[in-house]
Amino acid sequence: MLAKRVIPCLDVHAGQVTRGLQFGRAEASGLRNVGDPVELALRYNEQGADEMVFFDITASAEGRKSMVDVIERAADQCFMPLTVGGGLRTVDDIRTMLRAGADKVSLNSSALATPDLIRAGAEAFGSQCIVVSIDAKRTAPNHWTVFTHGGRKATDWEARDWAQKAVELGAGEIVLNSIDSDGMKGGYDNDINRAISELVSVPLVASGGAGKLEHFAEAVEIGHADAVLAASVFHFGTFTISQVKDYLSERGICVRR
Amino acid sequence: MAIDIGIIDYGMGNLRSVANGFESLGGKTLILTSPAQLSEVERVVLPGVGAFGDGMKNLSERGWVEKLEEQVVQGGKPFLGLCLGMQLLATTGTEYGHHQGLNWIPGKVDRIVPRDPSIRIPHIGWNDVDVVRPEGLFAGQPKLMTFYFVHSYAFQTDSSDVVTSYCDHGMKFVASVQYGNIHATQFHPEKSQKHGLALLKNFLAIKA
Repeated sequence: MLAKRVIPCLDVHAGQVTRGLQFGRAEASGLRNVGDPVELALRYNEQGADEMVFFDITASAEGRKSMVDVIERAADQCFMPLTVGGGLRTVDDIRTMLRAGADKVSLNSSALATPDLIRAGAEAFGSQCIVVSIDAKRTAPNHWTVFTHGGRKATDWEARDWAQKAVELGAGEIVLNSIDSDGMKGGYDNDINRAISELVSVPLVASGGAGKLEHFAEAVEIGHADAVLAASVFHFGTFTISQVKDYLSERGICVRR
Repeated sequence: MAIDIGIIDYGMGNLRSVANGFESLGGKTLILTSPAQLSEVERVVLPGVGAFGDGMKNLSERGWVEKLEEQVVQGGKPFLGLCLGMQLLATTGTEYGHHQGLNWIPGKVDRIVPRDPSIRIPHIGWNDVDVVRPEGLFAGQPKLMTFYFVHSYAFQTDSSDVVTSYCDHGMKFVASVQYGNIHATQFHPEKSQKHGLALLKNFLAIKA
């Protein structure tokens, strides 16, 4: 049986892993430095992480260059799936990351600006390696607006519509980041997770809000997520990956042991 | 020949992870950028992330097909196909159109159609593999193993004697094949931590 995945997310800024609250901005010093990305990746590899996501939160040319180096170093030592996101704007950018050792790429703002990038990426590398990451905020009852630029700019898209469009274009996985829940440790936004999960046929990764062990189980049981992604709780040692997997397993959720 | 593993660079995929996997086991690897280099290596790996049509097009345009047939099919050089590298062994593939494959193992690569529509495609993540032929790559390994998959299409063959393992995701599908010196897996051993490395280690031990 296909196991539910537990995925640590590493936000990389200037070669270091950082962590903020509700999409804290690097330039506003709203970030805490939590260490070297490759060291953290190795630690999570040991703990039994099912995948790892590296996110370039500078998304500049320099950021991308240092990200290639991070991915290469991580892939040299971790024999596990790696996803990379942030600032990938062209098919060539995607190719560079895949060649560096990434298995999947995560597209966000660039896909909203140029939806055809999803289609071009899927045609060149297969749907299975094109992940579309959606930053969503509840802006009205039962309405989630898609934001870009680290949660600063609202778009005209409703999250469910955009998820559906992305899958039509060839996205092989959707990551739903809840802006409201990010870093708040109050649980995932399972309303939107479930709504998207029921709407699309590709796997859904829940992101943003994990603070307690129950939250991971709820994302699967209530939000119908196929994978749970978290950052702070792992970086700051609240839980190890193995503790989360033990807990999910006790709740009867299939995880890889 | 001192190079254990040659990895074909045909513009499709994660060569680095494959090389790293073998290197971590003490194998010497070479990224092959031209078909003439095939004769310099003891074993050959065809990795691959991407679409069937592009993969076949790149192999043909760069002159790999003929040379691979000479070295692997006729010459008996140990071969390992990974993911798309396994799918390309088939007769035909139906990803983004209808394409001819290498036709080394008769079969067809088709989209996975789950019995239950709530089963998600692509099949992404760690799944159990049931080994039906515990030899070759699987020599000395447990009957049930867990590997990392990321794909939407699967290899279907009528010759079940080539199948070495199966997986189930909404339908039972072929997870690996072996036909003489030709080995291939739908999953990614180079991304499957210790279970995956065990298979790469077995491949390193296979001699022509």
